[in-house]
Amino acid sequence: MSDAKDDVQDAGFDDWLDAAEDGEAYYFECPDGHGSLPPRRVCPECGATDLEQQPVPETGEIATFTVTHVPTPAFEDDAPYATAIADFGPVRITGQVVGIDPETVGNGLEVEIDVTVSETTDERVVSFRPT
Amino acid sequence: MSNVRVAGTGLTPFGNTPERTSRDLFAEATVAAFEDSGVPREDVDALFYGNFMGELSEHQGHQGPLMAEAAGIQVPATRYEAACASSGAAIRDAVVRLRNGETDVVVVGGAERMTNLGTAGATEALAIAADDLWEVRAGMTFPGAYALMAKAYFEEFGGEHEDLAHIAVKNHENALTNEKAQYQSAIEVEDVLEAPQVSSPLGLYDSCPISDGAAAVVLTSEAYAEKRDLEAPVAITGTGQGGDRMALHDRDHLARSPAAREAGEEAYADAGVSATDVDLAEVHDCFTIAEVLALEALDIEQVGEGISAARDDRTTADGETPVNLSGGLKAKGHPVGATGVSQIAEVTKLLAGDHPNSTHVPDATTGVAHNAGGTVASATVHVLEEVAQP
Repeated sequence: MSDAKDDVQDAGFDDWLDAAEDGEAYYFECPDGHGSLPPRRVCPECGATDLEQQPVPETGEIATFTVTHVPTPAFEDDAPYATAIADFGPVRITGQVVGIDPETVGNGLEVEIDVTVSETTDERVVSFRPT
Repeated sequence: MSNVRVAGTGLTPFGNTPERTSRDLFAEATVAAFEDSGVPREDVDALFYGNFMGELSEHQGHQGPLMAEAAGIQVPATRYEAACASSGAAIRDAVVRLRNGETDVVVVGGAERMTNLGTAGATEALAIAADDLWEVRAGMTFPGAYALMAKAYFEEFGGEHEDLAHIAVKNHENALTNEKAQYQSAIEVEDVLEAPQVSSPLGLYDSCPISDGAAAVVLTSEAYAEKRDLEAPVAITGTGQGGDRMALHDRDHLARSPAAREAGEEAYADAGVSATDVDLAEVHDCFTIAEVLALEALDIEQVGEGISAARDDRTTADGETPVNLSGGLKAKGHPVGATGVSQIAEVTKLLAGDHPNSTHVPDATTGVAHNAGGTVASATVHVLEEVAQP
């Protein structure tokens, strides 16, 4: 029998997904105001180590997007799907745009963070839902 | 500072040979490089080897000694991994080692076996160059990442898919005379625009192929080249490397590559040249938009203007600064770990007059090679110059 631990979580990241599912997504802020995503001990911009957890703004804006037709095997049943980078004030996040026809996604679209599940793997996926 | 000479170059054909092991590919490239160099194997002091996905495609780690063995050299060997810039990083460290006098002769190379993974498997393997937690698990692929950059570029500076199509057409045209190229076939703008979508706006013909292949060069100190009376008319005179945040969403600017700018500025300063001195360039066009971002980072094009360079014939074979006369990653192929060294080999041959496309650049004396990893979280730039031989 294998003792591979397939169900082990990624501390920091899975905690963030748990929080995002409860509408409490967060980021880390250093004294100079640089935002970053977990797991994080050190500000990647300036090296500061006194990071404070702050709530991600409730809404963000799509900065750029693409519709992926050729996915990795982990998303083969999900394609085509829209992937976007959205601005949430001090942090930008990459996610899938859901709840909208992928072909109608546009820059500037206002979205909120959601956590959905891949149709292919049942794994959780950071997503954006139009407000 | 003493220069580093390119004494010999060797490339396998790039293409679709799923059954060939990377050790066999690399052996072929090194046999050709040694033959071209006239350097005996026993003079080599070290191997610098680039490879990205060997664990996934061949279940093989610890590839340095394996590849030294394949090359027939009993030397310390280290594998470099910087995604698609793996062998660019290997070149840089080899140049530094030669310059500081620790050694006189090294082999630098790289190899990648990819097509045995199939398209989906290779797409998955390439994706590990991105942030697994925050990008790959959201469904981002590599074509997807470059598509995000292309959309951001269009939004800020204008341009459209048809502009990018001219880059693919140019690079296919350049590869027609390259017998090692994966594609030796001309395409039209319409072919690019009508090709199946991969990740909008990028389609199949905006993307480099999945390739197997290897590249090797023999580098020596100037003193060794002169003592041995080697025919080595091209020197690596400048080296630079830049780094950036791992995830695309953490870049200050989604349509620029500051790591490549940093690498380029460092390499130009190191060589004592400026962008206006550059006669030709081999840049990392894994996707058509990547060529635009590379040329702007290298100051060969102004920011916001690189999109029209191929369309307006500034970078075509008979343009002001021909770019990717080898066919580039787009048409020559992109066996990831081999690409950085293959660019050095192509620039060397172009400057030495030994390349089928040297006829387009008979007076060229200065070339650059730009190698990028991930969404350009890693970049290396090298300046090569033809040197006057006594």
